[in-house]
Amino acid sequence: MSTSRRNFLIAVGGIGLATTVGSARATPEAMREAIRRVARTAAIRVGKVKLDIAPLVENGNSVALSVTVESPMTTADHVKAIHVFTEKNPLPEVISVFLGPRAGRAGISTRVRLADTQAVIAVAELSDGSFWSASADVIVTLAACLEELT
Amino acid sequence: MANALISVPPKAKRGEIIEVKTLVRHAMETGFRRTQLGERVPRDIITRFVCTYNGVEILRAVLHPAIAANPLLAFTTVATESGTLEFKWTGDNGYSLIETAAITVV
Repeated sequence: MSTSRRNFLIAVGGIGLATTVGSARATPEAMREAIRRVARTAAIRVGKVKLDIAPLVENGNSVALSVTVESPMTTADHVKAIHVFTEKNPLPEVISVFLGPRAGRAGISTRVRLADTQAVIAVAELSDGSFWSASADVIVTLAACLEELT
Repeated sequence: MANALISVPPKAKRGEIIEVKTLVRHAMETGFRRTQLGERVPRDIITRFVCTYNGVEILRAVLHPAIAANPLLAFTTVATESGTLEFKWTGDNGYSLIETAAITVV
């Protein structure tokens, strides 16, 4: 069997395409698994958490993000941890913050990288063992992480 | 710019909730970028942050490559007593930085 130039190019192109698609990129499933690793078997309810992030972002390299959780922050009832996850970044985890009643208010802000237009999810763990979440969809016009070094 | 910028109110009333802002100079190289020759740039990020208030831990964070370069972290704490807040960042390749800020509680 002789390999024509056309078939050869199709085959080589296919390899190239397969490797690009298979590059490091988390999936919504990977994000769910990452959230499961944090929450284990506990049910995650929507509410109590407020996730502030711009809905349209020009540059994914630095996106302001803040998470606040409704909580009295007393010894008996406080937020133990705040976790942030993304759907399509190379890794689903973004940040995990562990706090306690000494924080006064359950709120953090930081700046994150977003590799694509995607959903961002914040999960809060309360001292009573319950988990609450909030999500936000963000459109990114210039993605982070993918640019080449010059 | 110093290696870290920290904003803590110098004076506060007892029991007041104060805002603490930290910004540290670090490239936060993700480990996912490649050079033009196709070589992967090794990961070099800050992975841990701890804030203590007179030796008591207030807040601890685990950072991943998705945190932007020059990581900023803002949070709150209750002004309980005069003393110092200590901030410690640690990360890849033995990175470690400790900064302190003094606060007077009246």
